[in-house]
This record gives sequence, C-alpha cells and structure tokens, in this order.
Amino acid sequence: MDIHEYQAKELLSECGVGIAPGGLAYSPEQAVYRAKEIGGHKWVVKAQIHSGARGKAGGIKICSNDEEIWDAADELLGKRLVTHQTGPAGKVVYRLYIEQATDIVREIYLALVLDRDKQRVVFVTSTEGGMDIEEVAATKPESIHRLEVEPAVGLRDFQARELAFALGIHPELISQAVRTIKGAYRAFRDLDATMVEINPLVVTKDNRVLALDAKMGFDDNALFRRPNIAELRDKSQEDPRETSASDRGLSYVGLDGDIGCMINGAGLAMATMDMIKHKGGEPANFLDIGGGASPDRVTKAFKLVLDDEKVKAILVNIFAGINRCDWIAEGVVHAFGKLEVKVPVIVRLSGTNVDKGVQILKDSGYPIITADTLAEAAEKSVAERNRVTNAK
Amino acid sequence: MSILISNNTRVLCQGITGTQGSFHSQQAIAYGTQVVAGVTPGRGGTAHLELPVYDTIDQALESHAVDASVIYVPAPFAADAILEAVYAGIKIIVCITEGVPVLDMIKVNAVLRNSHSLLIGPNCPGVITPGECKIGIMPGEIHRPGNIGIVSRSGTLTYVAVNQTTQHGLGQTTCVGIGGDPIHGLDFLDCLQLFEDDEATQGIIMVGEIGGTAEEEAAEFIQEKVTKPVVAYIAGVTAPPGKRMGHAGAIISGGKGTAEQKFLALEKAGVTTVHSPADIGEHMSMLINA
Repeated sequence: MDIHEYQAKELLSECGVGIAPGGLAYSPEQAVYRAKEIGGHKWVVKAQIHSGARGKAGGIKICSNDEEIWDAADELLGKRLVTHQTGPAGKVVYRLYIEQATDIVREIYLALVLDRDKQRVVFVTSTEGGMDIEEVAATKPESIHRLEVEPAVGLRDFQARELAFALGIHPELISQAVRTIKGAYRAFRDLDATMVEINPLVVTKDNRVLALDAKMGFDDNALFRRPNIAELRDKSQEDPRETSASDRGLSYVGLDGDIGCMINGAGLAMATMDMIKHKGGEPANFLDIGGGASPDRVTKAFKLVLDDEKVKAILVNIFAGINRCDWIAEGVVHAFGKLEVKVPVIVRLSGTNVDKGVQILKDSGYPIITADTLAEAAEKSVAERNRVTNAK
Repeated sequence: MSILISNNTRVLCQGITGTQGSFHSQQAIAYGTQVVAGVTPGRGGTAHLELPVYDTIDQALESHAVDASVIYVPAPFAADAILEAVYAGIKIIVCITEGVPVLDMIKVNAVLRNSHSLLIGPNCPGVITPGECKIGIMPGEIHRPGNIGIVSRSGTLTYVAVNQTTQHGLGQTTCVGIGGDPIHGLDFLDCLQLFEDDEATQGIIMVGEIGGTAEEEAAEFIQEKVTKPVVAYIAGVTAPPGKRMGHAGAIISGGKGTAEQKFLALEKAGVTTVHSPADIGEHMSMLINA
C-alpha cells in the first residue's frame, strides 16, 4: 500500500526525521490560510498524488504571496497529473501540501528497501540527491553507499554514523543526520514498511537536515496489525477495478486486453495470460481467486470480470490443490443463474474433484465451453473472442 | 530415492484443528503420509482425525518422534509457529500459510541460518515424494513415482509440471514448492543441489516467475554445478512493471526481474527453456530419452 508525501512526512517526523513546517489544504482558501499559519516568506504548493516525479509534471509550485498560492492551488486541485510512474491515465489531485520553502545547500538520497537476496533491510543512499536513483546508479554508481541491517541486532549507532560520514555530512551536523537515519529505519521497522525513500534529504543554509520529499510503501500482509497505516489508504489513487477486487479479498490487476481471466494461483494466472498472448489474444486482467475459494467467492470473482466492459470472452482456468473443482463449477453455474452472461465462457478444470466439477458444468445446461488443457483453453478463448468480435 | 522426505518421514501438523489443517491432514493421511500428531494451543489432550492433539510442539515431542512439521496456522501467527518448530529442533518445516508479513520472515530466516532446520515456504503448496509422503496441499493423485525432480515458486504451476511428467510416463522423485514470497526458506539453489546429489533424479524441472533475481542465480549455479538436464519455464512475460502479480514476490521493479531477463540467463547457461507450461513434459521427455 502506498501513501501520500504529507502522510509519510508525518510518520517520519514522529520517528525523529526533520521536516519543514507544512500543512494540508483541500481548497485555495485553505492553502492561503495554511501558508499564514506556517509563516515565512516563500512556500511550496505540492500536489499530493501517489507518484514521484511530480515536479516535472507541473505538480509542484513555488509561491511568494497569497495570490500566487491561491492561483497554484486553484490550478492543481482536480487536475489530472501524468508522470512516468502513473501511466497514461494519470492521477487526480484532491489534496495539496503547503510547505515552507527552504534554502538548500546540498541534496542527498536516502532510502530503505528490502534486499531479497540478502534477506535483509538495506539502506541505499547517494551523495547525489534529487534525481531518480536508477539514473544515479547508471551514471554515478560510485556515489551510492549501501548499508545492510542485521535483523537480530538492528541498526547500530556506529553504522548510522558511518553512513552519515560516507555521505559527506559536516561533523557539526552528524548527530542530526544520525537521528534522521535511525528515524527512517525505526519507521520502516515499526510500521511494517516495504520502502522508505527520502529524496532529497537536504542540508539547509541554516544547518538543518530535512526530508524535502518522502515516499513510503507498506506490506499489505502486515496491515492487520497496523490499523493506523491502513487508515491512510486513499482509494482515489487506485484503479477502481482493483479497489473493488481488493475489497472482496481478490487479487486483481487490470490490463488492456479483452479476454477476461479467472484463475487460481498467481503463477498459473501469469502463465495463462502468457498463453493467451502466445495464441494471439490479449488478457484483460490478472485475477487470482486464491486457495479455498467457496462457490460464493467464485461468483463474486466472475462478476468482477464480467463487469469489465472490454471483456469479449472469459477464460476460467483452475488447477485445484487447496481448491475443489466442484466448488468452482458451482460458483460458475451460480454466476450464470444470477448474472447476465453475454460473452462466451471457457472453463478448464483440473486437480481435486475434477470429475464432480465437470459433471456439474455439464448438468447445468448452460453454454459453457470446456477444455482439457491450458493450451486448448487459451486457443478456444482466442477463437471465441475472434468469433464474437467478427460477428459484430 | 528422493529428497527431503520419504516413507520414513513422521509428520506433525501445526494448526491441525483448523479448516485447512483438518482437510489437508485428512488428505495426507489418505495418501499414506505418517501424520503422528497435531498441535493447536488450547486443544491439548483432545483427539482430532484420530490423532492426539497437543498445546505445544515440546509436549508433542515427549511422546512422538517427529521429522517434519507442516504449518496451517493463520498468517498473523505463522512466523511464531515456524520459530516454535525451529526451537523444537524439527528438521523439515513446511509452511503453507499465505500472507506472512515480510519483516516477520526476515527475523525467522535470521534464526533459521543458525539452526539445523530447513524451511519450505511460506506461501507454498508444500513438498511431496510420490507414493511415499505428501506434506502440503497438492492433489496427490496427479503424481507418480519416477525420476524427475521439480522445484517451483508457484503452487498451481507445479501441478501443471507434475501432470505433464506423469502423462509422459516419467513421474517424479520429489516436488518442492518453494513459495511465492520475496523472503522464504529453501530456494532454487538448495533444491538444485539436492536433486543433483540424488541418484534417482535424472532430470530437473524448474518453474520460476517474475520478480527478484533467484532464477538468474539458479542459471549460474546450473552452469557450474548441475550435470543433469534441466527444463525451465518462467511465468509472467505479459506482466506489466510495477504491478504485484498476486504473489508478494512477483513484481517487476526498477526494470529488474522480468521474464525475458530470466529466460535469457537460463538459455545462456544451457538450460532448455519452454515458453509455454504445456511444453514442459514433452521437452523433459526428449532430454531424458535422448
């Protein structure tokens, strides 16, 4: 789960990371009022969307008076910002963060991520802040400093110091930098984050170390024990199809094709998508109904795929281990009874209780096309999709 | 012969009284697995599926010899269950549970490194030596004793590979689902080494997916250390970057972990790759009978 910049800053600040004074605004009036509250002579009006690279997309504006703040806020609110991270659809700005502008002496990159190979949390930092870390890694790899955290003992003070010195922090500011580094780690560890990125972390003219921009991502699997984090979810920033699926406990990713997929298991779902493409079709979605899917859950998943107007054919591919084919078949048959199914449906069942499942499909009397293998199922789906499209 | 488990393996089930624990323990017993006892805190002293249930693993070990433990407890408590098994000194720990927080797994693996236990999973179908011992949620009837070792990150794709080797008359020595999470126990390298050392295994099937660099490392390992024929398939050629494809570990991030890169690395290492899971069996069969 992703959160907004202002939310990440609030969380990091609670852990000891320095931030500039700022406040949230939902309207131009509020934006002007916030600036007054914060004080200072110069402010930054920042669009809050779940994406980086907002500056290049025109989502960040520097203002020196009420009128400029009003105009910036008026322009940004409701605007759809497109960055290289949002995809062509972009994301709509509903919230603004007004922050006191700072005089920057230097910019640093500081991030915490999960290293899968090392099986540890690692710091990735660079003396070159304010740029994409991928770009820095390609052009100035020598500026990158990594630090692994041993899970049993956590981050030690000497490690944080080492990192601060490696980043060329002035000795007078080391204790501030150490507090920042430790704070970022504590936020990561205590809140079940999967990513903390402070880019840039800046040193100001008046010798403060501040997080100028911040991004945090969280482990969906740990939200059960982080209700304060779960609360920060902003559905306006998500694909509505994916929101509706996750609210029903289904794993769904919207794609651009027209063959709807309902599959059990993430691996098989990906393989089925690949197979559809291999046979000349394009998948409309990734959908894993998961293990132990009851007929009711199958019906819900079926409705989700059917609700996508692009879908011209539906492929159900089940290789049941923890699932039972008879339950899947019941769910599909139930969906036919309850919903208006206008597109061809191809079902391939295999594994636990397959005979029972196939029998249920046969006995239903609905025009369900069955297939024995994945290749056959994909081929039939593409053929049916082409038949339906050409008939129009 | 086989790897990890055989008909001598005595199995304990953690979470045996739950819906999943119950259903799959029943299936395992019906398959012939030696399930000797179960653990559910608070249910000690009762019986379930005609097996004694204990409050803790330590209590169970007072009356039973146990070689492996299988975990069906809910995700919030799974890391704890794994650690209980590690502390009790159980050799093979199989965690089926999906959705274990990743920071929990980092701690678990730090403890595992200094133990004698092997962890399979979490978020995996388990491990099976056909005709001898089934630990996990895979449908037993598609397996046949034979000479192919299978290792896979995906549950359902393992079944696809199994089904094909069965249909081609090859059968399997042991099938291991290592799980779809970014941080997990046994990995490709461990399993490849075990299969390489196992006399009965004549060919190895490896099923990977997008995310991470485990397949690339496996490719290097195969080139250097594996003499047996390997057939590999990678799922997720059509997956868009930045989207998590179901498994917590299946995500293309920062341009890394794409299926193309993995296919390329494997092909460079001399591995036979197939671009459809439907071709796995045929290619393995050709390599074995060549």
